[in-house]
Amino acid sequence: MIDKETVEYVAHLARIELQPEELEKLSRQLHDILGFIDKLSVLDVGLVKPTSHILPISNVLREDEPHICLTPDKALENAPGKNGNFFSVPKIIE
Amino acid sequence: MKYQTVIGLEVHLQLNTKTKAFCGCAIDFGKTPNSGVCPVCLGFPGTLPVYNKEALNSAIKLALAFSCEIQEHTKFDRKNYFYPDLPKNYQISQFDLPLSRNGYLDIASGGKTKRIGITRVHLEEDAGKLIHETSSSLVDFNRTGVPLLEIVSEPDLSSPQEAFDYLTSLKNIIGYLDVSDCDMEKGSLRCDANISLRPEGAKELGVKTELKNMNSFKGVKDALAFEVSRQTELLEAGQPMTQETRLWDAEKSETVSMRSKEGAKDYRYFPDPDLTVFIIDREMVSRIKTQLPELPREKMQRFMRDYGLSEYDAKILVNSKKDAQFAEDCIQKYPEKDKKIMVNWLIGPLLSEANARKLNLYELNIDKEELINLIGFVENQSISHLSAKLVLTQMIDSQKPAVLLIKENNMLQISDTTALEEIIAGVILENEKSVSSFKAGKTNALMFLVGQVMKKSAGKANPKVVGELIKRRLTDA
Repeated sequence: MIDKETVEYVAHLARIELQPEELEKLSRQLHDILGFIDKLSVLDVGLVKPTSHILPISNVLREDEPHICLTPDKALENAPGKNGNFFSVPKIIE
Repeated sequence: MKYQTVIGLEVHLQLNTKTKAFCGCAIDFGKTPNSGVCPVCLGFPGTLPVYNKEALNSAIKLALAFSCEIQEHTKFDRKNYFYPDLPKNYQISQFDLPLSRNGYLDIASGGKTKRIGITRVHLEEDAGKLIHETSSSLVDFNRTGVPLLEIVSEPDLSSPQEAFDYLTSLKNIIGYLDVSDCDMEKGSLRCDANISLRPEGAKELGVKTELKNMNSFKGVKDALAFEVSRQTELLEAGQPMTQETRLWDAEKSETVSMRSKEGAKDYRYFPDPDLTVFIIDREMVSRIKTQLPELPREKMQRFMRDYGLSEYDAKILVNSKKDAQFAEDCIQKYPEKDKKIMVNWLIGPLLSEANARKLNLYELNIDKEELINLIGFVENQSISHLSAKLVLTQMIDSQKPAVLLIKENNMLQISDTTALEEIIAGVILENEKSVSSFKAGKTNALMFLVGQVMKKSAGKANPKVVGELIKRRLTDA
């Protein structure tokens, strides 16, 4: 059973604010999800190769050739805050 | 109690590719803020990163230069954390399957060679740049996504000086590979240090401190030296040590505790689903291996073998690839068999000229043929060594040929015996006392007489010839 503290901690890492009833509900749902995934543990996967990607392709690379960048105006078009050519964010150190 | 210092270094190196790690944005520092960005490096939803072939090539090259094992199977992972310089809220890095492991670097420290283990060299991307204003922070994403290598050493370094020597040696080798600018002041090489102390002979490691914010090799050494004394004091006072990150304040020459952002770090690494795996085939590795240039250590040994240099001289000359090339050109062009003469000029007068001008040896504006001519004048005793050094300075400043400068300065030594005999005769007449002391067996008197001749000739007499002439005259008489 996943405890509430763990759910709160994960919510904090993801910068999500949870109301008490949401915390309750999400804890239950996460518990169910983990229980479902845990079914894997009854299988013998000793012969299955570890996999980190579902696609059977590898070595996707590109040449070191420049493309055309966005202009600063375009890059900043949707920014919630800007200052000249910079993105502006709430101050992060005192 | 005596304590043993244990240091490990983490070096972040910017690769000098034309474009970023995962998109084609050209890397050009000093550009207008946010002009070298695109939807990929800005972390827009729906974009897909594709790794730079050249960056992979450079990374393998570097890992091989440090004798690392290139892993056959490698992949990228996401390192998750929130910070405004990271638009995706994760950094693409490598976790459990890094590009390479188990390398080493031999460093010369305190007259001995020590092997420092390199745990791993892995691929990652750089973050953006933050500028803190009074009420807000400004973000420039031009640097975001620049390819980085992280080079992690084993905790094999046992003093701040060794850490310094490791960095110098690392930089020398990387300089030979042409994969990075390697300039700590410009930020293309960054270094964090882990340091802990333990009682002499203890097996377990002590509580470590992570040091950040050093912007020169000397800064790393100073910060570590400060930590050694700070931690020694704490341990001796029996105070508990806490694991923490401390920032180096170069102005105050001290480290200060960095307030922790949010409890323990929890990066929740997982494989980046946007990037597929890499199978590094062995043929590619051997091909890159054969393309590796001659590295400083091999070059040093070859200089010793081929040109008869001492280890000390060879070591100075191979510090940087371009200087080594310059030196080797000079040595090869030098027509005499004894290359030591040219080497002495290189690591003596030329190196001091370079240092005085804050230049590298190869940046000195000097014609190699003219340098050889100048050395020739000293070797055939046409000018004194002292005069030659003055000519060298003028040659670099004026680009005039050696022979012209020697004439202009009226520096030609008088080796012509008839011209010298006249002066010598005068000196002998004027210094009867010294003459009789010499005849009485006092060799010091000869030095005095030679000195008098030098004075009369305004320093242009060849002292060796003068000595011979006086001796002959006084013993014959």
